[in-house]
Amino acid sequence: MADALTALTPSDLAAWLRRSSTLLAEHVSALNELDAAIGDADHGSNMKRGFAAVVTALDAEEFADIPALMKKVGMTLVSSVGGASGPLYGTFFLRLGTSQPGATQLDAADLLAALRAGVGGIEQRGKATVGEKTMLDAWAPALDAFEQASTGEDASDLAAAVRAGAEGAEQGREATTPLQASKGRASYLGERSIGHVDPGAASTALLWQALAETVAGQEGSA
Amino acid sequence: MKKIIDAVDDVVVDALRGMSLAHPDTLRVDLDHRLVLRAQPKDDGKVAIISGGGSGHEPLHGGFVGHGMLDAACAGEVFTSPVPDQMTAAIAAVDRGAGVLQIVKNYTGDVMNFEMAAELADAESGIAVRSVITNDDVAVEDSTFTAGRRGVGGTVLVEKIAGAAAEEGLDLEAVTAVAERVNAGARSMGVALTSATVPANGKPSFELGEDEVEIGIGIHGEPGRRREKLAPAKDLARTMLEPILAELPGEGPVLLFVNGLGGTPLLELYILAADAHEILAEAGIEVSRHLVGNFITSLDMAGASLTLLRLDEELTRWWDAPVSTPALRKGI
Repeated sequence: MADALTALTPSDLAAWLRRSSTLLAEHVSALNELDAAIGDADHGSNMKRGFAAVVTALDAEEFADIPALMKKVGMTLVSSVGGASGPLYGTFFLRLGTSQPGATQLDAADLLAALRAGVGGIEQRGKATVGEKTMLDAWAPALDAFEQASTGEDASDLAAAVRAGAEGAEQGREATTPLQASKGRASYLGERSIGHVDPGAASTALLWQALAETVAGQEGSA
Repeated sequence: MKKIIDAVDDVVVDALRGMSLAHPDTLRVDLDHRLVLRAQPKDDGKVAIISGGGSGHEPLHGGFVGHGMLDAACAGEVFTSPVPDQMTAAIAAVDRGAGVLQIVKNYTGDVMNFEMAAELADAESGIAVRSVITNDDVAVEDSTFTAGRRGVGGTVLVEKIAGAAAEEGLDLEAVTAVAERVNAGARSMGVALTSATVPANGKPSFELGEDEVEIGIGIHGEPGRRREKLAPAKDLARTMLEPILAELPGEGPVLLFVNGLGGTPLLELYILAADAHEILAEAGIEVSRHLVGNFITSLDMAGASLTLLRLDEELTRWWDAPVSTPALRKGI
């Protein structure tokens, strides 16, 4: 096991994306099944395809700074995921990058600001707010937990703070179960959308798990 | 699953190749971007119109590319939105210096992908792009707490009428306003007798009993208002027309569009058309124009939808204007 990271370089972020791709591929059936209950049963396949394309793009090119890397990632996802998840995740990575012009590494405070900018992009693109049974219901508690753990006098190190964020995302994912969807295709089910985990919240929790593992220096990190 | 296909992963491209070979004089197909384009681009200075969406609704949208209707159509995977790269390629290909209107059915994925395409086109090339979102499906009752009414049959009428207005030389703002006016005056509702089977899934998307119909079905098999026992065509016509008439704005004559969802014979669609006509006559509503056939389908789903559109003199003139596409041809 490598040492835990204190700031993220482009190669660390690339490692996060590679780990995300692996985790999404491992969970492809589970995500498809969640989507079958309230959507059209392809969220796992779409995310697996999109992140495989991201890994191909990472293999082909070196990136000088974080905005350049994130622009490539965002545009690749927009072009390859399809449906609503492509624009949503694509916008997330594009905004994450443009919020840190010229940056070559992100410490905890930069990462928080970058993630908040990315999630702002998701809110704007999806015209959704927390509580509508979407991926935002995982992003919002993850960011809050990460912020709480990474700021103040008794702030944790980056690895522990990201771990807290990942736990927040998991709790947010589970908390989508009793919600009624009011955005996206699931909204047409009305009350019948209650009782199912939102697939977008589930894929968001996997991205946080991958980030936590990467920052902790576990498998898949560079 | 019993389907006439070669490879389940290639159905969209294989069908586009067939369209290209079947209509060499009217269409040009870009297989890389999965675009259907006119073989002869329209004149410089005229507004171009593109549309697109998930495949599986044929002839929508590629079948409506041609003189008097669309300039290009972007084909997504079956029941999945096309991606912005496709729309930006289409926009660049069809712009004649007067801007491009995108006609987008109201589904979350389609709306977001077309929105991103418009932003990218503006940033990359400065081409003026406007979008009109069609949302004519009255089956979605509580549109405040959902993604809103879905775009269904009215989309075909928007594409025809806005296409005629663009051909006549109206500018981008005016063509956009015509498309919005048609969408605002159109209301639709569908019923399904069977589910569709998406090739990649291999099995029906939902189960319906042998004697059941889904009232208010969406074109991807989204649930409607309720399930009922199958009834005679006239009762089905009444079941669809009542909520349509309750929400149809304005006064005056209407266009009656009887649409098959893919697995229902034309014989039955004409029965439905006769019944709908009779019900509207009883209600004192004049049907001044008709369209009957399979125009916006849901793969192999058995069922039909009804659309009413309020017509005035101007809309009627554009409806009657010449059109020459693989799926709709008149006056030429």
